[in-house]
Amino acid sequence: MILIGERINGMFTDVKQAIADKNKKVIQDLAQRQTQAGATYLDVNVGTAAADQEGTIQWLVETLLNSAPLNKKTDEEILYKYMEMAEKAGPKANLIALAMDKNGVPQDTDTRVAIAAEILQKALERGFETQRLFIDPIVLPVKVPNAQTQPAIILAAMDQIRLLADPPPHMTVGLSNLSQGAAERSLINRVFLAMAMSHGLDSAIADVFDENLMNAVATCDMLMNRQIYSDSFLKVYATANKK
Amino acid sequence: MPVPEVADSFSGSVTKITLGAAKAGGGTRTSTITVGGSRNVVYGGAPDNAGERPVIAMDVLDICPDDWPDALVEPYKDVLGNPVAWAKKCVNEFGADLICIKFDGIHPDKGDKDAEQAVKVTQDVLKAVGVPLVLWGSGNADKDNQVMPKVSQAAKGENCLVGTVTQDNYKALTAIALADGHCLITHAPLDINIAKQINILVSDMGFPLEKIVTFQATGALGYGMEYAYSIQERQRLAALGGDKMMAMPVICDVGYEAWRAKEAKLVDAPAGWGTVQDRGPMWEATTAICLLQAGANIIRMRHPTAVAAVKNFIQQIWQ
Repeated sequence: MILIGERINGMFTDVKQAIADKNKKVIQDLAQRQTQAGATYLDVNVGTAAADQEGTIQWLVETLLNSAPLNKKTDEEILYKYMEMAEKAGPKANLIALAMDKNGVPQDTDTRVAIAAEILQKALERGFETQRLFIDPIVLPVKVPNAQTQPAIILAAMDQIRLLADPPPHMTVGLSNLSQGAAERSLINRVFLAMAMSHGLDSAIADVFDENLMNAVATCDMLMNRQIYSDSFLKVYATANKK
Repeated sequence: MPVPEVADSFSGSVTKITLGAAKAGGGTRTSTITVGGSRNVVYGGAPDNAGERPVIAMDVLDICPDDWPDALVEPYKDVLGNPVAWAKKCVNEFGADLICIKFDGIHPDKGDKDAEQAVKVTQDVLKAVGVPLVLWGSGNADKDNQVMPKVSQAAKGENCLVGTVTQDNYKALTAIALADGHCLITHAPLDINIAKQINILVSDMGFPLEKIVTFQATGALGYGMEYAYSIQERQRLAALGGDKMMAMPVICDVGYEAWRAKEAKLVDAPAGWGTVQDRGPMWEATTAICLLQAGANIIRMRHPTAVAAVKNFIQQIWQ
């Protein structure tokens, strides 16, 4: 499971404050702690913290320096630009692509799959390896009116997306969005994560400080035979798989 | 039919481990041995990813064995009971990469020798040969805990491979091996879950993962070899997948296991079985070669004819 730490996001008050104060220590500390907790990548997101988006993201990335950027964009014109950027950033740079278009977030399975197919097709045409793509079918807050049908629709989309290319693209979700504003956030997040992992999810932008969530990831990986069972399987998960 | 090109690439690799310490490393060995380092399945992918070639550790017992079949006694008849001469013979005549001193004699049922005797054997063999040593206990937990720490101390700084430690008995030997700068063998009873657990337990004590060799227990041809084979294969795949707790090189005990097989030593066997002089070495060599294909890195062996056959095999494969 490739985990992407979600915490360096201007939506969180401590990050927002750090951006306002230009306090590097808070950002670096979050980076270090998330890495120790098992994050392979760090999501770096200005959110609503500053009017100067460009300057702020630059400051954040400079503050983190050795983080590998995962570039998140949706607009199809920009897709090429980001592939180019990922190519320039070297063979380890990957790309997150959202299964949405100018019409916004799709509400059904078929549109999600169609957009993913288009992204994969464009990647193949340009010789961009599909294994460097992280397709995000987009999770919506379950508490939003009429959104309760979405989790099942997303699982069905993931079943189809992973058949679109061989080797299949990675699949990721912005997990915490699912429980936005809801009660029992941690429980909702980890149950859906377990469900999605059984449908091919192999990455998530998530709260790696959530111990119950991390234990669920370790258990899923073990149950799906991606990790050899040992009595200490929870304890070693993060350390045993550090690249 | 064209041979398909296997171009799988893996994120992980088998840990590389060096055994023995020469003068510069604080020991007295005239040669050191490095194993591991594979970044692919056995014989898969580019030669650059094959890692170090496997090696043979020849067994030397601390006492004169009383249960060896004649075909195995024959090549050693002038040195049995004399570990120094025995070790020299293995290195000088049979080309052993390592010597494995097997402390059968300290076992309560096989001589119950004391630590003093074991320490002397260790020191004498260290003086007699320049290859790195494997120091292997008797399998009796209580006696091993009494004797093996002293054996470890006697070889301090030589970077030997000492063992074995099990899930139920690992603390004493792990602590002393760490203090004396040795590598450690973790031992599981043909159970990959326990194999992983024991590695976690010793690493929790601060023992470095890159100084561990795993022993999954060995089954000989006809006696469970396929269990050992599939576990080792699975261990290799886990290592290649990036599981650091399963990335260690592997040691097999082929000599002892192969010569326990009835077929290896039966004297009045049906005519079609061939002569007993050939059969035992063939049983041992076949077991060793099969397990090499599952990813074994260090093979403990006994009969020089089998050793020669396996060395020849390794030579041809790892050119």
